[in-house]
Amino acid sequence: MAENVKKKKKQKEVLEGFEKFNRVSKPTNAVLHVIFILAALACVVPVLLVVAISFSAEESIQQYGYSFIPKIVSLEGYAYLVTQGKMILRALGISLFVTVVGTVLGVLLTTLMGYVLSRPTYKLKGFLTMVVFIPMVFNGGLVSTYVVVTQFLGLKNSIWALILPLCVSSFNVIICRTFFQTTVPESLIESAKMDGATQLKIFFSVVLPISLPVLATIGLFLSFAYWNDWYQSLLYIEDSSLYSLQALLNAILTNIQVLAKNAAAMGASQAEVLANMPQESARMAIVVCIVLPIACAYPYFQKYFISGLTVGAVKG
Amino acid sequence: MKKEAKTKEKVKKKRWTRDDTELSLLALPTTVWYLLFSFLPMFGIIIAFKDYRVNGGFINSMLTSEWNGVENFKFLFGSGDIGIILRNTIGYNIVFIILGIVVPVAAAIAIGYIHSKRAAKVYQTAMFMPYFLSWVVVSALIWAFLSYDKGLVNGLIASGGGERVQWYMKPEIWPFFLVFMNLWKSVGYGMVVYLATITGIDKTYYEAACIDGATIWQQIRFITLPLMKTVIIMMFIMAVGRIFYSDFGLFYQVPRDSNSLYNVTYTLDVFTYKQLKTATTGMAAAAAFVQSVAGCITILTANAIVRKIDRESAMI
Repeated sequence: MAENVKKKKKQKEVLEGFEKFNRVSKPTNAVLHVIFILAALACVVPVLLVVAISFSAEESIQQYGYSFIPKIVSLEGYAYLVTQGKMILRALGISLFVTVVGTVLGVLLTTLMGYVLSRPTYKLKGFLTMVVFIPMVFNGGLVSTYVVVTQFLGLKNSIWALILPLCVSSFNVIICRTFFQTTVPESLIESAKMDGATQLKIFFSVVLPISLPVLATIGLFLSFAYWNDWYQSLLYIEDSSLYSLQALLNAILTNIQVLAKNAAAMGASQAEVLANMPQESARMAIVVCIVLPIACAYPYFQKYFISGLTVGAVKG
Repeated sequence: MKKEAKTKEKVKKKRWTRDDTELSLLALPTTVWYLLFSFLPMFGIIIAFKDYRVNGGFINSMLTSEWNGVENFKFLFGSGDIGIILRNTIGYNIVFIILGIVVPVAAAIAIGYIHSKRAAKVYQTAMFMPYFLSWVVVSALIWAFLSYDKGLVNGLIASGGGERVQWYMKPEIWPFFLVFMNLWKSVGYGMVVYLATITGIDKTYYEAACIDGATIWQQIRFITLPLMKTVIIMMFIMAVGRIFYSDFGLFYQVPRDSNSLYNVTYTLDVFTYKQLKTATTGMAAAAAFVQSVAGCITILTANAIVRKIDRESAMI
């Protein structure tokens, strides 16, 4: 046994030696580094520019335009968001609520369906599989979805219009089904059944606790999707008190006066507010508020994304 | 005796058990979701053949709206726009499909040859970031570069003594820019998918090739690429299946809905949305119908081809 381990170790060393031998030359390596550094910078630099703008003083922006190094560093953009920003706090609240509730609900609905579809003896398996698959091929399109959500379900200007339409996707259901099929041992479920457990109990106290990787993957997919969503707001939300951060940013990008209007409602005249507010930096400060949580979180969660994506690519 | 056992099994299979009831109850919430958010809109697609007028609830409006045959389609195809819209949708998709395969595959192969694995990981993480940003945020990032009076690009041009450019009114640069932005946002994601395949390749192939004196180029050409062929073909065909769909955010948010760019940025999704929000439902419904039906046909065809190549990878 010990010999075996030793042998394995030796093999590994040989492989490492081989890898050292079979690789690109130093100059090629340098060229690859340059190419990838440029590509990586192209992806990161725009975000840095926006961060720089958010920390710039309004008059320096008005005078010199946007730049990477703020001529005058200032926190007035953020200060404005904090002092005048009842609207921003509410938007942040909406975004958080939608993300948390949507993710929990979505994970629950997705894993339930995935679990049921993974039961080999279930009688309606074929039927429900069709229910999940047909929407991947055919959908009603924007107009009828819009009409159903607004007129049949009455969700126009309701926070549920931001949550419900996104919470289930057939793609995620299939990831779950495949996961349960391949990693949850049938004998475990059978023995729980012998002990008289109901399916509900089996699902919550046997299956879910050993399925954390897939829960993490689906949960991440959903929470990023909810946090980043602006399309549902664009379609269904006209009441600005229900704006999420993304929807607020969208509105401000087209018209900075949205912010001023809100302040005007609180007393000051709109023109006055508009003249005094740090328009540019406040706008970019909102962008930073949206991007910061994502930029901090995704490097750590990458691996769950990757596992989900590759499962999807193989079994989509 | 064998036959008896078989019939017994059949009876057992046919009988509805308590287990089935419990599983059905577990699947019920998700099934209701599918009914409301997927299947009801499919039924709603007949709006395209109606002169849809809101009259009370959804069902009532549906029943009382007059049929008007193909009138909506006549309008749709009578307007000169549909040609431009289809050209944009399909044209951009063709370019996206080709570059969306070539660039990430090349990047995934190249990044594997960088000597420092840690640096490679950093580059990959940085390039994955745009995937996690919403198009609204991306639109704000681009605004920092392309804005007329304060944008970074115009700032550089002006400081070099040149004339400022109205970027959002120059249709000739936008096709290239949109292609670039699409790549910018999706290369990181594609790299992850292809890297998973590359790391799955058995290292001994390379050892053998190396011993036979194969150069790195030859190894890529005769080992890596052939072994990636299936994944590449799958991704290609799946993308072709979605050729009638476009990324609404890219074509609506990035050009900031600029009217001067309409010729190069209108795709089926943008058109449907604009019609829905500004005009009557009729033309929008007709466009959505064309998209749903054409999309369904292309997806099914693509899937049938995938099935022929590799059963395992087929969606249905």
